[in-house]
Amino acid sequence: MTATPPPATADLAGAPTAALAVRAEGRGRGPSLSPRTAFLLRRLGRLLVSLAVVVVASFFLIHLVPGDPVRAALGIQASPELVAATRAELGLDQPLPVQFFDYIAGLLRGDFGDSIRTGRPVSETIAQRFPATVTLGVVSFLVALLAAVPLGIGAAVALQRPGRRVADAAISGILGMLIAVPGFLLAVGLIALFAVQLQWLPAAGWGDPRDAVLPVLALALGPMAYLARIVQVEMSGVLGATYMTTARAKRLPGRLIYLRHALPNIITASLTVSGLLLSGMVAGTVLIETVFAIPGMGGVMVPAVGAKDYPIVQGLVVVYALIILGVNLIVDLILVTVDPRSSITEG
Amino acid sequence: MTLRSRLLSPAGIAALAGTALFLLVALLGPVLFVGAAETSNVPERLLAPSAAHPFGTDDLGRDIFARVLVAARVSLLLTLGATLVSTVGGIAYGLVAVILPRHVRRLATGLLDILLAFPWLLMVLFFTVIWGASAMSAMFAIGISGIPFMARLVYNLASSVSGRDYVRAARVVGVGPFGILVRHILPNIANPLFVNAAATASVTLLSFAGLSFLGLGVQAPEYDWGRLLQDGITRIYVNPLAAIGPGIAVVLAGLVFTFVSEALAGGGNGLRAVGRRAVGAVAPLRPAAAPAPRAPMAADAPIAEVADLRVAFGTADGGEVERVRGVSVRIAPGEVVGIVGESGSGKSLTAMALAGLLGTDARITTTAHTFHGIDMTRPLTAADRSVLGVELGMVFQDPLTSLNPALTIGRQLTEVPEVHLRLSRAEAREHAALALESVGIPDARRRLSQYPHQFSGGMRQRAMIGQALTGRPQLIIADEPTTALDVTVQRQVMGVLRTAQRETGAAIVFISHDIALVSAFCDRVLVMKDGVVVEELDAQRIREDATHPYSRALVACLPDMTSDRTRPLPVIPPELAASALAEEVGV
Amino acid sequence: MNALEIDRLSVRYGRTTVVDDVSLAVPAGRTLGLVGESGSGKSTIAAAAVGLVPLAGGEIRVGGIPASGRGAAARGARRSLQLVFQDPFSALDPRMSIGDSIAEALRATGRSWSRDARVARVRELLDLVHLDPDRAGELPAAFSGGQRQRITIARALAGEPSVLIADEVTSALDVSVQGAVLNLLRELQERLGLSMLFISHNLAVVRYVSDEIAVMRHGRIVESGPTEQLLDAPAAQYTWDLLDAVPVLGVRMADG
Repeated sequence: MTATPPPATADLAGAPTAALAVRAEGRGRGPSLSPRTAFLLRRLGRLLVSLAVVVVASFFLIHLVPGDPVRAALGIQASPELVAATRAELGLDQPLPVQFFDYIAGLLRGDFGDSIRTGRPVSETIAQRFPATVTLGVVSFLVALLAAVPLGIGAAVALQRPGRRVADAAISGILGMLIAVPGFLLAVGLIALFAVQLQWLPAAGWGDPRDAVLPVLALALGPMAYLARIVQVEMSGVLGATYMTTARAKRLPGRLIYLRHALPNIITASLTVSGLLLSGMVAGTVLIETVFAIPGMGGVMVPAVGAKDYPIVQGLVVVYALIILGVNLIVDLILVTVDPRSSITEG
Repeated sequence: MTLRSRLLSPAGIAALAGTALFLLVALLGPVLFVGAAETSNVPERLLAPSAAHPFGTDDLGRDIFARVLVAARVSLLLTLGATLVSTVGGIAYGLVAVILPRHVRRLATGLLDILLAFPWLLMVLFFTVIWGASAMSAMFAIGISGIPFMARLVYNLASSVSGRDYVRAARVVGVGPFGILVRHILPNIANPLFVNAAATASVTLLSFAGLSFLGLGVQAPEYDWGRLLQDGITRIYVNPLAAIGPGIAVVLAGLVFTFVSEALAGGGNGLRAVGRRAVGAVAPLRPAAAPAPRAPMAADAPIAEVADLRVAFGTADGGEVERVRGVSVRIAPGEVVGIVGESGSGKSLTAMALAGLLGTDARITTTAHTFHGIDMTRPLTAADRSVLGVELGMVFQDPLTSLNPALTIGRQLTEVPEVHLRLSRAEAREHAALALESVGIPDARRRLSQYPHQFSGGMRQRAMIGQALTGRPQLIIADEPTTALDVTVQRQVMGVLRTAQRETGAAIVFISHDIALVSAFCDRVLVMKDGVVVEELDAQRIREDATHPYSRALVACLPDMTSDRTRPLPVIPPELAASALAEEVGV
Repeated sequence: MNALEIDRLSVRYGRTTVVDDVSLAVPAGRTLGLVGESGSGKSTIAAAAVGLVPLAGGEIRVGGIPASGRGAAARGARRSLQLVFQDPFSALDPRMSIGDSIAEALRATGRSWSRDARVARVRELLDLVHLDPDRAGELPAAFSGGQRQRITIARALAGEPSVLIADEVTSALDVSVQGAVLNLLRELQERLGLSMLFISHNLAVVRYVSDEIAVMRHGRIVESGPTEQLLDAPAAQYTWDLLDAVPVLGVRMADG
C-alpha cells in the first residue's frame, strides 16, 4: 500500500446489527408495541381462532351424523311425534345459518340447550359437575409439577458424578415404566393394591380428602414421570452448555451455579411441556372419573357419547376446550414474564 | 449404528423377543384357546385364580387368561390399523404442507397447531358420537386423532431437510418438487418416522384399551383387552386379577412397541459398551490428598504451568483415546503465548486443562500443574477457588453460548466482585460498569440491565473480556475468541484484548487456527499437531525460524496479502497432514 | 463479452432490502472476487443468480442472454450458471452415493443421458477433480471435508456451466486443505475456460484467486476494480478498514 488512508470516519464499534436492533426494540417506527405485548396479542388471537374452530366443529356435530341424528339418539322405537318434537326443540327445522346464529347466541348467554335424555339444561349439569373435574385436574397437575422438577434436576445432577451410570439406567427404567402405563391402568393397579389388598384407601366416592388420594396419584404419576424426564434432559443439556463452563471458570459456589445459572434456562422448556401435560391430564380426568366414580364432567360425557345426547356433548366439548385454551394462555403469560427471549423467538 | 448392532442392543433384543411372542399369541391364540375363552361354563363361574385358571373365571365361567390370549389378535390388529391411518394421514398432510406456497402453508400448520393443543381423547369422543360406538369407528377415530401429531412431526422433519444445501443444489439443477420429495426428503426422514410410528403404535394401543374400557370401542359380544378390563374392574374386590391380567397384557404390548421404537432409533447402548463404561467409571480417580499449603511464588516462577499433560477420553465402544499426548507449557507473568493448530490438534483441550475446567469424562494426568502458586493437582480450598475466580479469566469462541442467555450482563459481570472480592451490590455494579467502559462499550450503566441477545457478536466478546477484567486477572485464556467474528470486528476485539493486557499486566494464552493472527498478537507461539507441541517459535519470526516440516508447511500453504498470485499454493503433503484429518482421507 | 452480468439486482427478505441495486460483471474466462463481511448480502447474490431466491429488481444475464423467464434461451442461460455450495457437510445428501449426487446434476445439461453415458460422465468428472472414479458408489460420510468439497465442485461441473459461482467454498475447511481446493479451481478454470464469481469474506484468499475484486457492505457495492490496483490504493474507507484488519504473518498488530 502506498497511499495514505482517508480520514477515519464512523466508529464501527459494535452497534447491534440491524436485525437484532429491530427485534430487540420493536419495529422501531415510533412508539409501538413492546415485543411482549405483541406476543401476547398474537397468542390471544390464536386462542380466539382456536375457540372459533371448536365452536364451529361442535355446532356441526349433529349435522355430521350419518342418517337421522335424532332417530339415532332416541332409538328405533321412538314415536314419530317424539322425534318431531325433539327435532323442533333442537332447532333442526330451521335453515342452517339461523341454527348457527341461535347456537352462538345461546353460547354467549351461557345456554347450551337441554339434554335429550333427561331434559335438564346442560348448563346446569355442567355447573354441578365442573368443580370435581377442576379440583381433580388442578391438584393432580400441581402434584406432578412439584414432584417432577426436583426429581428431574436431581437426576441430571446425579449423572454429572462419575460412576453413577447405573443410577441413570435405574432412573430411566423406573420413569420409563411409569410413562408406559396409562392413567386408568395405573388406577386399576392402585385400587387392587391399596383398596382391595391393603384396604388403606377407598376405591370410589368423592367427599373426603382420602377419596382423592388414589385418583390424584393415578392421574399424576404418568405425567410426573414424563415431565421429570424432560426436566432431566433439559438440565443435562444446560449443564453441558458453554455458559456453565464460564460460570465454573468464575469458581462460583456450587449452589449459585445450579440455582442462578442453570435453573432459569430450563424454565421455558419445563413450562411449555407442563402446559401440554395439563391438556393431556384434562383428558385423563374423563377416564379416572369413570374408574373411581367421581361426580365430574367425565362421568356425564361418557354416557352422553354412547347415547348420542348431542347437547351435552356439544356443551362439554366447548367447556373442555375453554379450560385447555385458558391453561395454555396462562402458561404463555408466565413464560413471557419469566423468560425475556421467548416473546422474540416464540409465537 | 449398523442394523446388526442395533438388533443386539438391549432394546433390540427385547424388541425382537417381544414381537415374536406377541406375533405367536396373536396368530395361535384364537386357534388354540377359543374354546376355553368363549364356551360358557356356568358351574365354574367367578372362580378365584388357580393353576387351572391363572386369572380366574368370569361371570359366565369362561377362563379369563384364555380370553386375554384370544383378545390379543383383535387388540393388536385394531392398533396397527389405527397406527396406519395416523401415519399415512400424517405423512400425506405433512409432505403436502411442505410443498405448499408460503401463505397456504401457514394456514395448514396453523390448523395443525390448533388441533395439537387438544387432547386426543376429546377428538376421539367427538368422532365416536358421529359414527357411533364400534370397533371400526373407534379405529378410525383414534387413527384420525393421531394425524395432527404425525403431520407436525413429518412437516418439521421435511422442512429441516428441505432447507439443507443438498436440496437447494437439486433445485438449482432443475429437480422438481415431487422429485425432491421422493429422492431427498423421504429417504432422510424415513428413520425418525419409523421410530415415531412405533412409539405412536404404543400410545395407540393404550388409547384403544382406554376407549374400550369406557365402553365406546369394541362392543359385546366381541372383546379386546379394554373390554376385559371393563369387565374385570366391576369385580375388582372379588378377583383383582380379572382386571390386572388384561392390564398386564396391555402394558407388555405397549412396552414391546416402545422397545421396537428405541431399537430403530439406535444409540450407543450395546451391552458390551455399557459394561466397559461401567468398569471404567468405577476405576479410582486421583487419590484424595490433603490440600497442600499454598507456596509463596518465586520471583521468576511462571504464572501458570503444566508439565507432560495427557488428556484421554472414552470411546463409544469402551476403549480410550488420548487427545493430548504429553504437552508442557509454561506461561511467564505478563507473557502473551499463542497456541496454533488445526482441528483435532488438542489446542483447546490443553487450554481447558490448564484452566482446570475439563469435565469428569476426561482422564487427565500431569506431572505438574500450577497456577499462581496453587497446586492444581490437589483438591482446591475455598481460598484457592477465590484466587482462581479473581485471577483467571476465560474468553470462549461463541459469544452467544458463553454468556448465560437467561441472566443480564450486569448480573454476570458482578458475580466475581460480589462473591470473591466481597464488594457490595452497588460497588460491584460500579465495578462492572467501569469494566464495560474499559472495553469500549458505550452507555455502560444502561447496558448492564440488558441481556446477551441484545448485544452484537463483537460486543458480547468485549463483554466477556470485560468479565475477566472485573477481577484482578493474572492470566486470560482466550479460545478462538474472534473466529466467529467479521475481520473488522476481530480487529477491534483484538485491540480491546491488547489494551486489557497492557493495563492489567495479565498474561494471555491465545488459541487459534489462524497463524497470521497469532503471529500478529503474541510474543511466543506453540504449534500443535495431533496432541503434541511440534515447535515453539518467536511470534514475529515464524517464517524465518520454523524448522519442523509441519510448521513450515502450515506457513507456506497459507495465502496472505503477499502470496504469489501466479503460482499454485503449496499444499501440505499427506504424510505431514494432521492424522485427525488424514484418517478420513483416502488419497 | 461478459460471461455473467448482474445488472441492478435487488433482493428483499420481507421488509429488509438485503441486496440493493448491485451491478457486477464477470469477464469471460476471468474471475471476479466478491468480498464482504456477514450481512453484506454476497451470498444472497449467489442464491438470486441461480434462482433460489426471487429478485425484487434487476436482471441476470449469462453470455448476454437474460436468465429470467420461460423461454428455451432463458432456461439455457440458467443452466449455464452453476453454484458450488459452502458447507461440504450439508451440501451432499448423506443417503445418496456421490455418483448419484453428481449424476442428478446432469439434468442441468438439458439433455437426456443413457445409463452408460451417465456412469462414464461421472467417472470423467471425478477424475477432473482428482478423486478416484472407482469410489463413485460410496456415501459422502466416507470422504474428508476437502474431498467432499471437490465432489460438490464435480457436481457443479456436471451441468457444463460457462460460469461457476463459488460461495465461501473454503471457509469450512482447514488451512491445509484449503490450498488444494483453490488450486483445483484455478486448474479447472484454465482447462475448461470457465468464468468464475468467487465469494468469500477472506480477503487474502479472494486476492489470490481473483483478477478483479468487488467489495460489498450492507447490500451495496462499495467499490470494484482490478485486484492489484484496488488493494494497492483503495478509494473507499471501508476497503481500507478491511485491509487494515487482515493480520499479516510476522507483522505485530498495532495497538488500540
